[in-house]
Amino acid sequence: MLAFPRNSDPLLIAALALWAGAAVAAPPERVVSMNLCTDQLAMLLADPGQLVSISNLALDPLSSAMVDEARAYPINRGGAEQIYLMDPDLVLAGTYTARASVDLLRGLGIEVVQLPPADRLEDVAAHMRQIGAALGHPERGEAMARAFEADLAALGHTGPAATAAMYYPNGYTAGSGTLSDQILSLTGFRNVGAEAGLTGGGILPLERLVMAEPQVVVTSTPYPGASRSEEILAHPALRQLRDGAAQAHVRDADWVCGTPHLLNAIRTMADARAGLDVAP
Amino acid sequence: MTLRITALVLLSLLVALLFLASLLIGPAALGLKQSIGALLSGEGGPVALVMQEIRLPRALLGLLVGAVLGLSGAAMQGFLRNPLAEPGLVGVSSSAALGAVLSLQTGLAASFALALPLSALAGAALAVLLVLFMAGPHGGALALILAGIAISALAGALTSLVLNLSPNPFAVMEIVYWMMGSLADRSMTHVWLALPFMILGCGLLLATGRGLDALTLGEDAARSMGVDLARLRLLIVLGTASAVGASVAVAGAVGFVGLVMPHLLRPLVGGRPSHLLPLAALGGAAMVLAADIAVRLIAPDQDLKLGVLTALVGAPFFLHLLWRMRGVEA
Amino acid sequence: MTLLELDHLTLRRAGKPVVDDVTLRVAAGECVGLIGPNGAGKTTLMRAALGLLPHEGSSNLARLPLGERARQAAFLPQSRDIHWPVTVDAVVTLGRALQGSGKLHPEDRRAIDRALMRMGLDGYRDRIATALSGGEQARVLIARALAQETPLLLADEPVAGLDPEAQLRTMQVFADLAREGRGIVVSIHDLGLAARFCTRLVVLDHGRIVLDAPPRAVLSDPRLSEVFGIRGFLADTPDGPVFQPMAVTR
Repeated sequence: MLAFPRNSDPLLIAALALWAGAAVAAPPERVVSMNLCTDQLAMLLADPGQLVSISNLALDPLSSAMVDEARAYPINRGGAEQIYLMDPDLVLAGTYTARASVDLLRGLGIEVVQLPPADRLEDVAAHMRQIGAALGHPERGEAMARAFEADLAALGHTGPAATAAMYYPNGYTAGSGTLSDQILSLTGFRNVGAEAGLTGGGILPLERLVMAEPQVVVTSTPYPGASRSEEILAHPALRQLRDGAAQAHVRDADWVCGTPHLLNAIRTMADARAGLDVAP
Repeated sequence: MTLRITALVLLSLLVALLFLASLLIGPAALGLKQSIGALLSGEGGPVALVMQEIRLPRALLGLLVGAVLGLSGAAMQGFLRNPLAEPGLVGVSSSAALGAVLSLQTGLAASFALALPLSALAGAALAVLLVLFMAGPHGGALALILAGIAISALAGALTSLVLNLSPNPFAVMEIVYWMMGSLADRSMTHVWLALPFMILGCGLLLATGRGLDALTLGEDAARSMGVDLARLRLLIVLGTASAVGASVAVAGAVGFVGLVMPHLLRPLVGGRPSHLLPLAALGGAAMVLAADIAVRLIAPDQDLKLGVLTALVGAPFFLHLLWRMRGVEA
Repeated sequence: MTLLELDHLTLRRAGKPVVDDVTLRVAAGECVGLIGPNGAGKTTLMRAALGLLPHEGSSNLARLPLGERARQAAFLPQSRDIHWPVTVDAVVTLGRALQGSGKLHPEDRRAIDRALMRMGLDGYRDRIATALSGGEQARVLIARALAQETPLLLADEPVAGLDPEAQLRTMQVFADLAREGRGIVVSIHDLGLAARFCTRLVVLDHGRIVLDAPPRAVLSDPRLSEVFGIRGFLADTPDGPVFQPMAVTR
């Protein structure tokens, strides 16, 4: 795992000095986050005690990359009533967070910052800066964003592209214009989902995946408790396809949000691509 | 007599054609010769994989699920002497779905292979018993429909509850699948899981023919002609539960097939329940295969649910039946 | 030869006897008319005798296995249910189809033909039974019972709701069958028809047998008017006794 600038980082001290003269509005004192991605960015960027509560999803090991850190915080379930009673002066939410809850909180006079999902790698750094600024620590956001951009540049792949497909429950895949698609291109892959004509997320019928014969198949880790949606990941046809293809073991939690942990996922894909060049 | 034989032959042909079409139609555009060759030889890389592991199980399940639903609809109608009796309408399918969902969510299904179909079977059997009990010896339509509504609603609510409480975030999205049914992305594993129960169930139901014929004249007349009603009831309960349970366990609850087909085909066999059984099985197979083909043609990338199409055909049909019965029963 | 043997047959509902200690013998050649007011227990007695209802006491039919029972006695229930639009031929065939392997032998075919002829249904074979008139449907159902060609036939109100011609024809068939050596038990409300065609009348009241004698004796017995609450006119004609209910006595 990468180390990121925290309070003791020399970079941060430099940044602090840079920003010392600027007139900064008083940072919010009680911040509540109700979205998995803002949870993680806020944990990384807030002062101790500044972040009052994070969402319950932050504790889910399959979606959250920061479960251990999350245990230190009180948990909220995203209901406006619960959040209002926490007396926040800033609420962080996603743009897809329950609209009714967000409207209600705004109506009650609480400032809500909504973060859209990161659809492009460029968004990730922008989000870091945005959350840093919202928390009253723009210098930390800036430092995190710079580190991210530098690491990203180092992971780019040049040379011929191999084929890869993302495959999730219900046959869901990432098409063009998605973060996953961009990560695949960056690490030297052609995305089967995009080549099948899908824009954004969509369903790729299993037989079209099989016919495309991707060299790498990226799938998710099943959740506990059964679901028919995930059964497709155990389908004999997919199993045979994966036996023939290289596999990328990525943690879903690393893919989900535009946080520094995304670099883990990108690094895994870069390694998988490098492995393809060695294997045959 | 000859009409019945002709109908049997024509329906068999239709089923064979639809089965073939089901094999040949799919989101991946494959050549006719190429796909048949790959299906039979197992050679041809991804084409063989698509044909043998994706299209074949889907077509087989369409055939089996349809046959089972048509047959059990005809048998239930014969036994209750009521054209409205149907596994979907009277709650047998939704109870089977509840059984299946319970075994999946409690982890029972993972403990041994047959746990899933057996749980669905148990759910279905419970519903059949309840329906037979509620409908009473004279098979009044009102009692049957009310019992069906109650059982369906209860089983549906419990299924939703179980899925809502599941730790798996996808489970709640599956309520629709269990209520409407789908054959998308099934594998041969599912075929092997369901097939023995379906064969058993069909065997039991086909053995009811003579008893059902006699029941045309009512229970007393049938018994005085030597029909063992207790045995007949047992055959119906076990046969329906086994066949419908297995079908729902792998494909969800597809409605209306058991209602439409027996009613549509009854005139061709002069109303005789025993002759209707095999014909309704063929008709059901044709209906589900056709619906599953339509699902793929209308919305190839959307996983449209099978039950949507069967209900689009079946529900107006059901209203028409009720309309006609309105005059008969005040 | 005795075809029906009921000994102390008793059937209770909610503790009250509906059939109360009935002992009855019916021999070959008899046409026994079972009469009594509504609720006297005629239908229940027949169903219990056939083993269709749990009972105390004994019935020789109820002791037989189902298949054998169907070869000994045919039953014509009161409700004339024909639930599906089947042909007349299919209905009558049911009388034979359940015996043996289910395959129809030439002998079965002949029995079906005889039953159809006897009920005057020869031209009706391919008609849809449910599309016929009520009287015609009743005849079809009788033909079904006849096709079983059993030594004993129990018919529960076979002439109720039929027109006079159909009533006479039906009762004549039963009388003829008795004369040919079969045993007939027929429950009937029309005392005139009972007087005219039965060889013996059994009067049932509150589940008990009150009278059991030839028609002439039963219809002239004062206990008859106690049971039914009517008085009637009885006369002898060359065709047999004639009985006509005249007035209510209570």
